[in-house]
Amino acid sequence: MNTTKILQVPDAATAAADYLTNDADDHGELVTLNVGPSHPATHGVLRLKLVIDGEEIVSCDPIIGYLHRGMEKIAENCHYNQFVTYTDRMDYLAPMSNNIAYACAVEKLLGWELPERGQAIRVLCCELSRISSCFLGTGVFAMDTGAMTAFLYAFEEKERVHNLYEQICGARFTSSYTRIGGMTRDLPKGIEKQILDFCDHALKTVDEMEKLLLHNKVFIDRLVGVGVITKEMALQNGMTGNNLRASGVNRDLRKTNPYLGYENYEFDVPVATEGDCYARFQVRMEEIRQSVRIIRQVIAKLPSGPIWVQQDKGILPPKEAAMMGMEELIRQFMVSTQCVNAPAGQVYFAAENPKGELGFFLDSKGGGIANRLKMRSPSYCTLSILPELLPGHLVSDIGAILGSFDFVQGECDR
Amino acid sequence: MTCICNWWNDLMSNPIWFYLIATILKLVLMFAVILAFVVLSVWIERRVAGWIQDRPGPNRAGLPLFLLERFGSKQKQPLKDVLHFFGIPETSWIAKLCTWLRFDREIPTFGLIQPCLDGGKLFLKQEFTPSYVRKAYFIVAPMLVLGPPMVAAAVIPFASSVETAYGTISMCVANLGIGPLWIFAVSGLSVYGLTLAGWSSNSKFPFLGGLRATAQLISYEVSMGLSVIPLLMMFGTLNLQEIVQFQADNGWTLLPLWGEGLSLQRWAMLAPLALSFLIFVTCVFAEANRTPFDMAECETDLVGGYHTEYSSMKFASFFMGEYAAMVIGSAIVVTLFLGGWSIGFGADAWVAAHCGPWWAVTAQFCMFLIKLLAFIFFFVWVRWTLPRFRWDQVMKLGWLVFLELAVANIFLAAAVMYFIQ
Repeated sequence: MNTTKILQVPDAATAAADYLTNDADDHGELVTLNVGPSHPATHGVLRLKLVIDGEEIVSCDPIIGYLHRGMEKIAENCHYNQFVTYTDRMDYLAPMSNNIAYACAVEKLLGWELPERGQAIRVLCCELSRISSCFLGTGVFAMDTGAMTAFLYAFEEKERVHNLYEQICGARFTSSYTRIGGMTRDLPKGIEKQILDFCDHALKTVDEMEKLLLHNKVFIDRLVGVGVITKEMALQNGMTGNNLRASGVNRDLRKTNPYLGYENYEFDVPVATEGDCYARFQVRMEEIRQSVRIIRQVIAKLPSGPIWVQQDKGILPPKEAAMMGMEELIRQFMVSTQCVNAPAGQVYFAAENPKGELGFFLDSKGGGIANRLKMRSPSYCTLSILPELLPGHLVSDIGAILGSFDFVQGECDR
Repeated sequence: MTCICNWWNDLMSNPIWFYLIATILKLVLMFAVILAFVVLSVWIERRVAGWIQDRPGPNRAGLPLFLLERFGSKQKQPLKDVLHFFGIPETSWIAKLCTWLRFDREIPTFGLIQPCLDGGKLFLKQEFTPSYVRKAYFIVAPMLVLGPPMVAAAVIPFASSVETAYGTISMCVANLGIGPLWIFAVSGLSVYGLTLAGWSSNSKFPFLGGLRATAQLISYEVSMGLSVIPLLMMFGTLNLQEIVQFQADNGWTLLPLWGEGLSLQRWAMLAPLALSFLIFVTCVFAEANRTPFDMAECETDLVGGYHTEYSSMKFASFFMGEYAAMVIGSAIVVTLFLGGWSIGFGADAWVAAHCGPWWAVTAQFCMFLIKLLAFIFFFVWVRWTLPRFRWDQVMKLGWLVFLELAVANIFLAAAVMYFIQ
């Protein structure tokens, strides 16, 4: 196909005259600045195409997909249990919550409900990963505004959570803890005390970080009134989680539609009305305190009993039984190769993850493999607000604003 | 022997040769001390940062003993042999202490050698110059950053003057009558280095960094100059050696506890002087491009700022220039506000009278270094505690707060000096 391109020959004299008479802005010259995909402020591989006028951002075009791994497609080619490991790699700062959200989604399709102990352990793990994620979120945020020390304090706590992970599931980072209908293993003996010790320590660090930053004039100047997201903007862009709550919307899935028995625990949902970076920082700090509160309650009334759904089919038998009994061996084989036998149908399950609402939409035609899996990732929706939010801010604010969103590119690009 | 002595006597009796030789000696000393302090301050920075952030920092790097084997030593475990030589059993606490100090593996430096090795590494790295840069300016820029702080150091006195048989040696490289002015004039030149680096890199992030550095340095230079005027009014001289001598006799600027420092006027002057100190120290932070004023190279939005495109020794020059600026900045603050080389409480005259002038010089030199180290520690401490300002806030702070305060401070000081006698 032939296309005709009309080239306009610039008229130098007119252009110069335009340049001199253009008083719309200081000099009328805009610069395109490419931030990312590998840039210290973009936490991963986000790329921002900015048009700047001096230091002021005129327009912003976020480009995502540098970490796209086709997870939704992969889910159509492996059975439910196999996909658990992929969920680790989504929000890799809180792998446990992803595992749990995914397992809950499949269990919702199957109509299974975990026994009490299984639910309590899942809540425990969810909250641990929330603490870890919020610590990293606030720490990295602080580092983006130049406070290196607060970041390292926060990272130390995150390391402690990883130590606990290691004891709970055997891996520090990619946990793959859940299976459909239960968890790979029960909590190790004596971990309760360690978790409680960690809780005390985490609260101390939160206080320390607040002392270091929240009343710091430099920090306040950098954040108050920067990156203000109004209620309407947040809702229009589908923001969820802490970022939404910092804009004054009291929406927490653990309260509005409780899962895993969250209704049995007492906790508050921190909400701020300002919607600026400072509010998001505060909300995230408070979130850690509330998570600690939940963990303490879980440990206080941790029920005993099985952690797996009490079913004959679809779940792995105990290893010893599989080695001794014919029936169990067959079941082990069937579950390993074909997983559960899910009914045909569609479900949507959303969990309140550290980053926001992580939803799984499952379309099943029966059997052990999903026909279609659609994820609703909170980071993706959060980043969609950037073209609206960034113009008018300074280049220096990019770090603060991106840091305040606490997004994860692995989850956004999937 | 007599011949050499006579020749030396004749040479030194000639005032020109005496002046030249003394100056060259002082020059070498000053240069060595500053470069050593650049290295030392990198080490201090990293160790203090580690201490603040609950981590070790570079505490290991030492000279490994297998180097001895390279040079032909046959001993596999020198520590064991040494212990054996002195008859110390291997289970004793001395042996354990030596092992804890890693004497069995290396000559420990507690990480002090780390900055030197880093420097060596930077020497050996590939020198990569992007094709699109403006070559000449690109090469000149790092020199312009490293040079001025070194030159500015020339007027900083590090000990009192000494009377020798051949004449008086003033313990600063150049005993100028315009000390602070010289420092401001020369250290202001380093802004050209940053600007040129940002501009000649021909790349957007360095360009923004260079622009920010230029604006920041120029605006803080103004307040910096104005903030020392109350001091100069009090001292009545611009010669730094005399300023420090005044402080040694009459109490440090911020600690008037001896000599004439106990007068009402000096104590009343403390208010404007403390304000001067605050403004001046902040400006020194801004001049040295350190957190909270490091927006010229702030990592989170400008990647590396003006030195993004630099590598190898050119980058090292920027790095050293920054630390040299920090060392010199500390030296100026110490000289103007904290008594410079003076030991304090009238001890200078006492040491000079009782132990001889050279002992006094040594003691004063050590005192100067101690004060310098303490202030460098303060620099580092601030860096690892505070977040960084935003660029426009820095500008506002400089022009709308510090400039006004500095000007008002001059009038305040004048009023104090006029009304309180």
